[in-house]
Amino acid sequence: MSGRLILEDGSVFHGEALVEGSRFAEIVFNTSMTGYQEILTDPSYRGQIVIMTQPHIGNYGAYDGAEESHRVWVEGFVAREFTGRRSGLGDVDLGVYLETNGVPTLAGIDTRAAVRRLREFGAMRGMITSCDRPDAELIEQVRRQPTMEGRALVDEVTCESPYDIEPEGEEKVRLAVYDFGVKQNILRSLVRHGARVTVLPARTPASDCLDLGVDGVVLSNGPGDPEPLHGIVREVRELVEARVPTFGICLGHQLLGLALGGRTFKLKFGHHGGNQPVRDEESGQVSITSQNHGFALSAESLPEDCKVAAVNLNDGTVEAFKAVGRPIFSVQYHPEAAPGPHDAARLFGEFLDVCVQEAGPGNEAL
Amino acid sequence: MARRTDIESILIFGSGPIVIGQACEFDYSGTQACRVLRREGYRVILVNSNPATIMTDPEFADATYVEPLVPAVVERIIERERPDALLPTVGGQTGINLTLALSESGFLEKSGMKLLGAGIEALRLGEDRQLFKRAMVKAGLEVPESGTAKTLTEAREIIDRLGFPVIVRPSFTLGGEGGGVVFNRDEIDDVVSRALQSSPVSLILLEQSVLGWKEFELEVMRDVADNAIVVCSVENVDPMGVHTGDSITVAPQQTLSDPEYQDMRDDSFTVIRTVGVATGGSNIQFAVEPGTGRRVVIEMNPRVSRSSALASKATGFPIAKIAAQLAVGYTLDEIANDITGKTFAAFEPTLDYTVVKIPRWAFEKFERADGTLGTSMKSVGEVMAIGGNFREALMKGLSGLELEAAWPQQEELVSDPVSLRRRLSTPNWQRLFAVFAALRQGWTVEEVAGASSIDPWFLREIESVVECEAELACWDLDSVPDPLLRRARLSGLGDQRLASLLGSEESQVSREITRRNLDRVFKRVDTCAAEFSAITPYLYSTPGVEDEALPTDRRKVMILGSGPNRIGQGIEFDYCCVHATFALRRAGFETIMVNCNPETVSTDYDTSDRLYFEPLTLEHVMAIYRREQPLGVIVQLGGQTPLKLARSLEAAGVNILGTSPEAIDLAEDRRRFGDLLAEEQILLPANGSAASLDEACQVADEIGYPVVVRPSYVLGGRAMSICYNQPTLLNYMRRAADVSPGRPVLLDRFLEDAFEVDVDLVSDGRRAVVCGIMQHIEEAGIHSGDSAAVLPPYRVSEADLDRMRDIAVRLALRLGVVGLMNVQFAIYGGEVYVLEVNPRASRTVPFIAKAVGLPLVQIATRVMVGETLDEIGLVSEPPVDRFFVKAPVFPFDRFHGVDPVLGPEMKSTGEVMGVGRSFGSAFAKAWLGAGHALPDCGAAFLSVNDRDKKALLRVAERLRDLGFELLCTAGTAAYLSSRGIETRRVNKVAEGRPHVVDYLINGEVGLIVNTPLGGESYKDDMEIRTTALKFDIPCVTTISGAMAAVDAIEALRESLLQVTALQNLATRSLAGCESEV
Repeated sequence: MSGRLILEDGSVFHGEALVEGSRFAEIVFNTSMTGYQEILTDPSYRGQIVIMTQPHIGNYGAYDGAEESHRVWVEGFVAREFTGRRSGLGDVDLGVYLETNGVPTLAGIDTRAAVRRLREFGAMRGMITSCDRPDAELIEQVRRQPTMEGRALVDEVTCESPYDIEPEGEEKVRLAVYDFGVKQNILRSLVRHGARVTVLPARTPASDCLDLGVDGVVLSNGPGDPEPLHGIVREVRELVEARVPTFGICLGHQLLGLALGGRTFKLKFGHHGGNQPVRDEESGQVSITSQNHGFALSAESLPEDCKVAAVNLNDGTVEAFKAVGRPIFSVQYHPEAAPGPHDAARLFGEFLDVCVQEAGPGNEAL
Repeated sequence: MARRTDIESILIFGSGPIVIGQACEFDYSGTQACRVLRREGYRVILVNSNPATIMTDPEFADATYVEPLVPAVVERIIERERPDALLPTVGGQTGINLTLALSESGFLEKSGMKLLGAGIEALRLGEDRQLFKRAMVKAGLEVPESGTAKTLTEAREIIDRLGFPVIVRPSFTLGGEGGGVVFNRDEIDDVVSRALQSSPVSLILLEQSVLGWKEFELEVMRDVADNAIVVCSVENVDPMGVHTGDSITVAPQQTLSDPEYQDMRDDSFTVIRTVGVATGGSNIQFAVEPGTGRRVVIEMNPRVSRSSALASKATGFPIAKIAAQLAVGYTLDEIANDITGKTFAAFEPTLDYTVVKIPRWAFEKFERADGTLGTSMKSVGEVMAIGGNFREALMKGLSGLELEAAWPQQEELVSDPVSLRRRLSTPNWQRLFAVFAALRQGWTVEEVAGASSIDPWFLREIESVVECEAELACWDLDSVPDPLLRRARLSGLGDQRLASLLGSEESQVSREITRRNLDRVFKRVDTCAAEFSAITPYLYSTPGVEDEALPTDRRKVMILGSGPNRIGQGIEFDYCCVHATFALRRAGFETIMVNCNPETVSTDYDTSDRLYFEPLTLEHVMAIYRREQPLGVIVQLGGQTPLKLARSLEAAGVNILGTSPEAIDLAEDRRRFGDLLAEEQILLPANGSAASLDEACQVADEIGYPVVVRPSYVLGGRAMSICYNQPTLLNYMRRAADVSPGRPVLLDRFLEDAFEVDVDLVSDGRRAVVCGIMQHIEEAGIHSGDSAAVLPPYRVSEADLDRMRDIAVRLALRLGVVGLMNVQFAIYGGEVYVLEVNPRASRTVPFIAKAVGLPLVQIATRVMVGETLDEIGLVSEPPVDRFFVKAPVFPFDRFHGVDPVLGPEMKSTGEVMGVGRSFGSAFAKAWLGAGHALPDCGAAFLSVNDRDKKALLRVAERLRDLGFELLCTAGTAAYLSSRGIETRRVNKVAEGRPHVVDYLINGEVGLIVNTPLGGESYKDDMEIRTTALKFDIPCVTTISGAMAAVDAIEALRESLLQVTALQNLATRSLAGCESEV
């Protein structure tokens, strides 16, 4: 069955529809060489079709434990080749997994040509389809789709009600995690370090969160544009004012920035991959990080009492900031990796230490 | 951080001669290091005994010593140059071993040099397997169970504890040399003793076997600020048990999940930090148990390596160059990424293509060599291929290998169903072909995986090629459907293969592919999967819809490289291609390099303006030619690989620059060339051809014994032999007839005891200038590549030299040579004979260029694009004021049971140059550089055939005068005694014990002079030479070699060896040949 990838600039790529179906979405590319199942199940990809640049996808199949949420979120999946039968430790072939999860999938695409188009013209609306309607008609339809800007996708991916997760081993701290589309490995990383975690729906009022008496709050990753999430930004501001230790990741980082008075903007084609170099402005140390975002905080917009703590070595965008004198830290990248390098995994331990310290007896007087 | 200012001068070691396990990748890495350090303003002092390297071109360092890489010599250089620092990590194992030796003797500390990159402790940890293992366990990493032994008894105890099979690894050897696997009790003595002998410190590691586990390598870099990155992951298609240099490998790794890979990455950082490599690159190997995912650390190399060269080419990330920058204090985030121009070295390359490396073996050169593969590396070269997927890269790699019998003929050779299982289960160089054969015969992937332990993922990819081929075979060219043809392209099937499957011709397939719009496009290697735009045109072809070649409209020339290293075709030709690009760039041309050998300088992305990393086949070369539309193509510099293509390229309308393919062919066509020589009244040894056994005997009788025989269809001395009499000729004929039914053999009178001389010249078509004359030190009959040689000649009369000059120049002009030409002469019975004419670059060119101080290839290249020698300023033969001796090195120690005797078939892998004011001192240095120790006293063993006895007299007298005791076998002893020389008689092997070999093993002999005795003595000779090789006793097999050795011993006695930088030798400057750096 033949299929097409259609971009709003009018380019059409022909391939083979491995899983049939048609979807409109924003088209992004991911340069990770491993971890396709983690990517498929990352809620931050809500509303996006993902092109993988690594030509062989599916080599080790799909398996329990690689999922970053309870379902597949990408709207469509594109690669040059999909491995028919898995090798290694997987439980099921990726093709079966994609079929079962109903992810329209295209193989046989000159992905590099598509990526170059996206690099030159920026992230685009587009579609993946196995239908036989004429190109011109579909291009027209693509151009009528809404863009990512201004869409509140968080509400489509957050949990319906709060739930708790037990710590591994002894409980060190109690944390709340705002679920804007949280990746499981964030939760696993916190729990592994001894946090009892309450996961909260995205629209939970700050006061409810504070009433839980948590030692710290994690603002999770999530899909899309932070700008339209005014309500959430308001609640985050309240949390910040309550001086509860707060750690933002990706979308959470952008929301935190907005709450502190910063602004965000859309990157040309975003950062999606596992090789993004981030330089710590204090130590000069470079971490290779996993990233997945289309929007970023503007450095100039950050208030005086916030300090850019790390920048992306490639394009100089803000990768982390700290609020001076307050236990607030946030990163644009994904310290939980999954997929990607573990260079920044220590951040979870460091955040927990801050929470322990802030909650400690010496600090009660504050 | 920034560049260190506390040091001003840096010493760099090259890796010496090309040997198995250490090839031109170290020229690539050393050249990068020299270049970048000079650019940073450091004074660079280089020591490398290998003249055929780009790095030893005088402009790449401030002081270049082509001197032996041995402590005694290097210490003199250090004393003279007083470098502030030493970068020991770019010269391979040689560089590391030399550094450790300097450290152990206390010299390093005394010299006050700072070590850059890795300190002594790190080097030791990386090399001493037991220390390494202990450190790994301490750092919390898992390693295979093991123990070290210094004796056989200790080894047995450890094996009892570990159980069979056990991997045996000697410490401090190169490419796993001397290692092996012990599967049963019977094998212990043999494998363990060999390993103990090959370790310079008699230390071996016995390791629990992880045979059949998956094998991975990570190329890691670390800077002074402790930033660490993985440049590339590599997965070995051949599982554990096969040396990684002998494994087919793929980048990036294909079968690990993200957590498995990331955990391995974390471990690799633990390893590099634990070992303490402060800055630079390391190669770290892991084994992963299939099924459980359990991971163990196997080893690490705290230096740039063959794998790092491959990783550099696979990713576009120049590891050696960046390692050098890190060594002088830069951090990764300060170093620009050349390919994108706007990002930095602090990131991890991501690949949107697949890379496959396939080793190239030379078993056809070593008749009795064992073709199975193990922990000791046996391959002599490799090809790398870049494809849109694994299948395409694999098939491209196969087409670039240039095997004598190409795939799929290779597959037929191993397809016998009876032996198929063994060919799959015992790793051997043809295993890939056996995999194809098995799948074609209906084995399932699981069955093949069960037999071979190769991961099913790779096997399924190969299965899909096999299936695609089976489908294609049901169609013809006109009817084959587009989707199937497209699939065939994605499976990497080339025009030639498609033609045979579809019952058509290659050219027709090519036209049809174009007609159906299925031509491949060119994509760029950019380190970042197109996330950033690439400013460096590093290209490969693959099916696709968008072409990124973007040719310019400049005047441009395409240079065809030399493909994988083989015996007879190696670094020398890469040197030539690189020089051509230097000359052309300087002359204002755009240069386009085409090559598929990842070890080379030519495939460095900044050597040429544009690099196409493609197989050197007609199909791929033509595709590039059509896309680029160059003025012409240079085929005479890359050895046989491009020459083989010359005629078909010309037929396809390609403009061949320089000497015409017709002239090249004429020189190779013995009948036509014979006629030409006759016309010019130039002598050729009597010769003839024979199509049958009887005819051969008849021809041999006519021209007279001894004769040199060879099949008509081979090049480079393949299957050549010298027959002294009819029985040996008959024996040869019976074997040759098997090889080439219906094809004639060629017979030449063998000019025994002749002097052989090489003459190299440059011609612009109107004028030809001789540039260098070299005399072989070994007598006639030994392949010129295997013969030690000296420039200038030292025992040839001026009149004979003039006759050779005259003949060479006449031939060059007669053939219409435009570029380089090499003539081999023999002086025999007062006459000058022409043995061979090569109107193209020869192996000797880099050596001569270095000796006479002229950029010969650059001159030749400029001539090829239209300049005259007059314009360039080369009008007369350059003078030489030193002696330059070339000595070959051989890979015999890799091939257990192979007779290390020389003949018309080339066996050496590389060469060194010795420079001196006298012939003896130059020879002594060449000998040292080739890794041999010359005795300055003790006993010499002399055993020569009757023809050589007279000439031996002088050698014996001189050895006696030097105080050597002379041990001789009966005949030689009798002869020498009759001439008044005292000797001690020793038994031949057959004469009872103690015999000569006992004396050798007991270390009582320091020099062997043993010329072939022929007949029954053959076995004796072989045992002597094998023993000599095993115990590294200098062994010369010719009288002229013996004379040179005695000269050298005298030179060593008389004075300490002087060292000289190339920059201090007379070099002649020519217009337009200034420094390249």
